[in-house]
Amino acid sequence: MTFIYPTDSNKAHPLPLSPEYKSSIKRAPNKPLIPMRHTLSELTGPVYGHETVRQGDNDLTTQHAGEPIGERIIVHGHVRDEDGRGVPNSLVEIWQANACGRYVHVRDQHPAPLDPNFTGAGRTVSDADGYYRFVTIKPGAYPWGNHHNAWRPAHIHLSVFGRSFVTRLVTQMYFPADPLFPFDPIFNSVPDEKARARMVSSFDLENTQPEWALCYRFDIVLRGKNATPMENH
Amino acid sequence: MQDSVKPNGITPSQTVGPFFKYGLTPNGEYAWNDAFTSSTLTPDVSGDRIRIEGRVFDGDGVVVPDVMLEIWQADAQGRFADPQDKRALPNASFRGFARCGTDKDGNYSFDTIKPGVVPDPDGKPQAPHIVLAVFGRGMLRHLYTRIYFSDEAGNAADPVLALVPADRRATLTAVREAGKPLYRLDLHLQGDNETVFFDV
Repeated sequence: MTFIYPTDSNKAHPLPLSPEYKSSIKRAPNKPLIPMRHTLSELTGPVYGHETVRQGDNDLTTQHAGEPIGERIIVHGHVRDEDGRGVPNSLVEIWQANACGRYVHVRDQHPAPLDPNFTGAGRTVSDADGYYRFVTIKPGAYPWGNHHNAWRPAHIHLSVFGRSFVTRLVTQMYFPADPLFPFDPIFNSVPDEKARARMVSSFDLENTQPEWALCYRFDIVLRGKNATPMENH
Repeated sequence: MQDSVKPNGITPSQTVGPFFKYGLTPNGEYAWNDAFTSSTLTPDVSGDRIRIEGRVFDGDGVVVPDVMLEIWQADAQGRFADPQDKRALPNASFRGFARCGTDKDGNYSFDTIKPGVVPDPDGKPQAPHIVLAVFGRGMLRHLYTRIYFSDEAGNAADPVLALVPADRRATLTAVREAGKPLYRLDLHLQGDNETVFFDV
């Protein structure tokens, strides 16, 4: 028995072609996507146990010999479906720029320093309630060539699996009240204002650790299953 | 600490951007352990071992060096390594998932086994296929497609291929090289030979 996923939820996503984001112009399909019913191939999905994740993979500040430069932060939240159910055992992978806005990547030529104590990748598996937690460094904004004086708002990339191949999600977590929001075509590729707001984390004073780290909450919401299960054979 | 409030909607997708390699496809080039590789093969897996190779092109026919592809498939008996598939799984350690980044020339490859037959929602057989997700810079949401195989007679009756105009089905069909367990399928994100992508 599996469950079907309503496709209405997909309206929250960006349109493939968002011309303000120049890289989308030659990479978005011109032809309409072909709707299809979900089969077992779409309704099943990779399930990952803890063997994929090493101890400490969720702390990006302790992966090297020394302390990284920057503002230490905790990023935590729940992976839920849109019906509010926690999604347990879901692999969450993150990658990000360092505090100066520089990625460890051969093609990132932004003239900001690389930090030998920060390489910017982590992963964890959500617990039985769907809860996940990372310790990292607040990433910096960085320039990119999309338009004159283009800077990406500070963000952390997240990759999440959920229960089915159709719940697969890659998104970006932003920080509250970033002045770059109005100017960023990737953030603004999400047409609905409320949906855009769901990509912005909230400052979580209660879970800040005194004398050590600020805290941001980011709940990740995946597509929810229809109430009616589908029988299969 | 989990509240029971129903969220207002899903978290929107965003592009993986150009700089995902360290985190998602380090492949020995960066000092971060791979969560996944481009192979699904496990020592106990049964079935025909195959390799799928191809290149990825944009709307100008230029190779795309910064996409990530993920595959998900049944084993040779048509079973998924997912607790939602209640049928017995003969290949205990086979997962059926792999991930690959394209290289500077847009090349990708997967080593896997030929999947078996999976039923559609009406219980009718689907031709052997692999589902494929394409993530990349410039792609605000990943694209979903399928890989079929040129040497499968069942393609003619496949209910999903039947949704695709006949002149576009070749974009989903990996072509077997004579005498080798090797299939080739190029992906075109846009243009005259645009790959068929599905709305799921």
